Amino acid sequence: MPPRAPRAMKGSVAHQKAKKGTLKRLLSMLIKNNKKLLFVVICCLVVSAITGVSSSFFLTWLINTIQDGLRLMNPIDPSATAYTSSQAWQAILPTLITIFVTMGVIYLISVLSIFISNRLMAIVTQRFLHQTRTAIFNKMQSLPIRFFDTHKTGDLMSVYTNDTDSLRQLVSQSIPSLCSAIISITTLVCLMFSFSIWLALVMFLGVILMFFVTKKIGGKSAKYFMAQQIALGDEEGYVQEMMNGQKVIKVFCHEEESKKGFDKKNDKLCDDATKAHTFANILMPIMNNIGNILYVMIAFVGGILAALEIPNLSITGLQPLYNEKGFLSIVAAIMAFLPISKQFTGQVSQCSQQINSIVMGLAGASRIFDLIDEQPEADEGYVSLVRCRIDENGNIQETPEYTGYWAWKHPHKADGTITYTQLKGDIQMFDVDFGYLPEKVVLHNVTLYAYPGQKIAFVGATGAGKTTITNLINRFYDIADGKIRYDGININKIKKSDLRRSLGIVLQDTNLFSGTIMENIRYGKLDATDEECIAAAKLAYADDFITRLPNGYNTVLTSDGANLSQGQRQLLSIARAAVKNAPVMILDEATSSIDTRTEALVQKGTDRLMEGRTVFVIAHRLSTVQNSDVIMVLDHGYIIERGSHNELINKKGNYYQLYTGAFELE
Amino acid sequence: MNNKTASIKKPSNFKRIVGAIREYKKPSILCPIFVLLEVIVECLIPWIMSLLVGVIDYVSGSGVNADPLVVKIVDFLSHGNQPNMLLIILQFGLVFILLAVISLTCGAIAGRYCAKASSGFAKNLRKDLYYKIQGFSFANIDKFSTSSLVTRLTTDVTNIEMSYMMIIRTAIRAPLMLIFSLTMAFSINSKMALIFLLTTPLLVTGLILILTKAVPLFNKIFPKYDALNESVEENIRGMRVVKSYVREDYEKEKFDKASASVRDNFTKAEKLVALNGPLMNFCIYTGLICIYVVGSILIINSNNTLFQYTQLNTFMSYSFQILMSLMMVSMIMVTLTMSAASAKRIGEVLSEESTITSPENPVTQVKDGSIEFSNVCFRYSKTAEKDALSEINIKINSGETVGIIGSTGSGKTSLVGLIPRLYDVSCGDVLVGGVNVKEYDLEVLRNSVAMVLQKNVLFSGTIKENMRWGDKNATDEQIVEACKLAQADEFIQSFPQKYDTYIEQGGVNVSGGQKQRLCIARALLKKPKILILDDSTSAVDTKTDALIRQGFKNYISQTTKIIIAQRIASVQDADKIIVLNNGKIVNIGNHDELMQSSSIYQELYYSQNKIEQDKKEVK
Repeated sequence: MPPRAPRAMKGSVAHQKAKKGTLKRLLSMLIKNNKKLLFVVICCLVVSAITGVSSSFFLTWLINTIQDGLRLMNPIDPSATAYTSSQAWQAILPTLITIFVTMGVIYLISVLSIFISNRLMAIVTQRFLHQTRTAIFNKMQSLPIRFFDTHKTGDLMSVYTNDTDSLRQLVSQSIPSLCSAIISITTLVCLMFSFSIWLALVMFLGVILMFFVTKKIGGKSAKYFMAQQIALGDEEGYVQEMMNGQKVIKVFCHEEESKKGFDKKNDKLCDDATKAHTFANILMPIMNNIGNILYVMIAFVGGILAALEIPNLSITGLQPLYNEKGFLSIVAAIMAFLPISKQFTGQVSQCSQQINSIVMGLAGASRIFDLIDEQPEADEGYVSLVRCRIDENGNIQETPEYTGYWAWKHPHKADGTITYTQLKGDIQMFDVDFGYLPEKVVLHNVTLYAYPGQKIAFVGATGAGKTTITNLINRFYDIADGKIRYDGININKIKKSDLRRSLGIVLQDTNLFSGTIMENIRYGKLDATDEECIAAAKLAYADDFITRLPNGYNTVLTSDGANLSQGQRQLLSIARAAVKNAPVMILDEATSSIDTRTEALVQKGTDRLMEGRTVFVIAHRLSTVQNSDVIMVLDHGYIIERGSHNELINKKGNYYQLYTGAFELE
Repeated sequence: MNNKTASIKKPSNFKRIVGAIREYKKPSILCPIFVLLEVIVECLIPWIMSLLVGVIDYVSGSGVNADPLVVKIVDFLSHGNQPNMLLIILQFGLVFILLAVISLTCGAIAGRYCAKASSGFAKNLRKDLYYKIQGFSFANIDKFSTSSLVTRLTTDVTNIEMSYMMIIRTAIRAPLMLIFSLTMAFSINSKMALIFLLTTPLLVTGLILILTKAVPLFNKIFPKYDALNESVEENIRGMRVVKSYVREDYEKEKFDKASASVRDNFTKAEKLVALNGPLMNFCIYTGLICIYVVGSILIINSNNTLFQYTQLNTFMSYSFQILMSLMMVSMIMVTLTMSAASAKRIGEVLSEESTITSPENPVTQVKDGSIEFSNVCFRYSKTAEKDALSEINIKINSGETVGIIGSTGSGKTSLVGLIPRLYDVSCGDVLVGGVNVKEYDLEVLRNSVAMVLQKNVLFSGTIKENMRWGDKNATDEQIVEACKLAQADEFIQSFPQKYDTYIEQGGVNVSGGQKQRLCIARALLKKPKILILDDSTSAVDTKTDALIRQGFKNYISQTTKIIIAQRIASVQDADKIIVLNNGKIVNIGNHDELMQSSSIYQELYYSQNKIEQDKKEVK
């Protein structure tokens, strides 16, 4: 197996708090891609917030009009004649009609703007999530293998699932409702001050109280929500591990132990969840009742003002409603103020409800940004692979159509000329040193020559460095010291994508993709015809079992080809490499799960395919490598022996030992 | 028959999930009770507020034809003296604060109980699921993929938890609020209250229309969304393949397409749901205008007697409350329909009956390591097209070493899986120690039959901890001894922390061969009567492999050893070698016999080892 760098796992880091500046970056990302739509949304939010607030204004207006009417009917001055109800009705009707028509129009506008902003927000949210997902995914495609060595699949997955979900919550709900709350609150504040400074000050005190309560309780709740996330992740990890080993648990009758371990984590999760939800749940009643008490406070202060006959004071010269003293009557002010206060506290507590999803959403966004900020795989290569035509004199000419010949196009910066070198598959390594970690060198001084048409085999114990050598050829990792030349060109100069395009690799760990068998084979060459794919399958001896499947080549593989046996999956992955038809082939334990009889057939096929091309073979089964031109025996990162099978046998060294070792004991 | 069992199973599925409430019944009941109290107080508050406004209005003298109730209250509070506004407001304020405190306390207690009940319920549900899975047989495990089980234990349970929280808190609160608000509205003025009944059907019809259209859309999206995430996981796992084939752009394109399709579908569904807000606002505003129009007419016509203008405010509060509670009901409906899918998935696991359980009066002792298969056939599921094994007849004596060989898919693993009763035979009998495996207590049987699985797993923890899976009470010496036998001691000693070396999840920090040897040592610690190695030395080099087998011969000669291998060399010196092909035994015999009689064996032998001939030449 490919030696992997120790997992300096960031398990705990995965659930850390959001970094500073995350919100700003998130907003700028959101705005950048949706400028027009968001502008409309904001306009609609402003309209709907203001119209929402205006309802209390209408009530004041209405009550004052009605009061006027009632006063006409019940005059204070006994000498005045009392209007009948129909007379009073006639007197105030024009005003009433104005009020109702205005209300109707404004409410209609409000409903429309809510409709538009909701729909646009749905579009913006989904678009943003799609953009974020693809940004993460695209970034991930460009990351070096080293990144995947040090990050668990589960942790990466949680960026796509949990973090994106919490981001959805943040963008689709928290941010719009915060925006509209802020607009409403601003409008309400203006309105309050325009009605009465005294009462507004009372409100202000209440808001300060609400702010501290939110900070205290909301902060606690957010803290436990984070703890809950960690506990959930912890339990998920445990369950994942146990489920993966469920059969081992059964075989060892280890069920009780596994239950005990689970209970411990489950209880912890329950504890944190209870605390998190408790704080979240009590925040609302507290906020509501602070609102209620504020309501009384306003009535009380209003009452004092009325009793002491303190003139009402408002910041605007505009005093919309007068009583006979020339001031806004305190009762009218209270009547207007009370619903405003209710709306106001309602908005503030709505903000406070968002605190959890904001904290979690930002933490999610922060992890997403971490991934997006990862350094992509560096590639300074400038030599590219092109199709070419070769004339009788050996001159190479670049051509767009498929000719079966390939060449390295090598631009020289110094003099601006371009030279072409034919792709042959000649690979040479000189004094290569390498370690997955700088302090732990796994390959020492490796020098090797692989000429076109040769079959080179690596043999050695697990961990000797066999796979590592191939990892260096395709530049999954870069060498620490030494030089690797491909057709005489330093591979660091070759574009990574072109380098890898010229190599056919069957990896040790077989990975297939969801889709039909045909699609999986075609992965090696996207424009391959069905015939080409079938021919490759025949070559890899996979055709035999595929045609026996009920749906043949159209059999759909699910979850990494779980419905196939390990050996069958290997055959498919060989077929996939065969259809690619590359000049250099690397087979890393490609037939380890295939029984030896089938292996012999596969080998016959691949040998025919690879005639005249370079092949690297890694196997611990010596029968697999016997017919190689050169066998390299690796030990702890050193090539300790090299030569053909016969040479090595005659040498009676390590290979000979390995070869006959199993029988030494007899 | 199927219909009948399904109809019986359905309610029990629900019962099974609800059954997980158990010790959290008390908070589950107390929570709604406190919600009830909270709602009562909450509904009283606007009413008292309207009284307060009326009182201020009346006392300040600007009011006309005040509500008789208000007059009564003012008289009562001022004991017939000149009413003092401040004093009255103060007294009102005290009542208010009292109510607010009651409401707050009830709300907080309800919130606390709600958190307790729902978290506890979720905990029990997860526990039930996990325990159930622990009782699964191999056949049960095969039915569910690991990732689907993990999703059920996490996401699905969380969905249920959220719904449960909603049910005991909001689902009680919303209808209560609706009823109380309506009652209060009617008690203030029944004619005006009828206006609510005008706008309510509008809202309800609208909501139902939206829901019936949106829910199927959502139901269609979620599997797509899951598939998208699965494809990401596939991509991450196959990253080396993607890079080797330079398929980054292809993958990006593929993902972009899938993600865009998810986006489009979600947008469609969410656009529908986005109608909820404007609909509610439309209803509220329509209601408001109606209340205002009718209210003004009533007030003027009755000269402020039938309806008070101070009550307009109160009515507004109630209209908000009524429509809000309807809105909440619609939210609950959405959540419930969405979690119905989760409940179904959880129910699937909970209702899965383990296919293998211990018999009632089990045999609790395995006499020896002898094994007998008589006329055994086996298929993995009833619906499988063909037998995985058929006509199997073998007799193995205690202490024998038996090799099994055959090409991929020939049934080797299936065969040995029947011995510790990981699967039950479809016909025939398997006897261990002379007793049918079905008669043993499962734990007894499996403790006597140690099996090293082909796809083996080490767990995160130290080497020692992993070893103790075989024997909880193993001493350090016993562990070292087993590891020596499995040829693992040497490399363990080379680790800086030796036996305390921490194995990462999945054993990624040891090599394949090392892992296999650790797994063998772990099995040896069980001191089994039968030891089964299912291709367990494939990554171990031939020399070490031979040493392990030599050790077995010398130190655990009493144990029956069954070895499945690809390498002929691994089974060559066995007492018996079974050659399997297409689920049938083709030949049984020792190496020499098979070299004479079995063409498959010969072929295998020569395909692997020209080595043999070479070796002779070399010698």
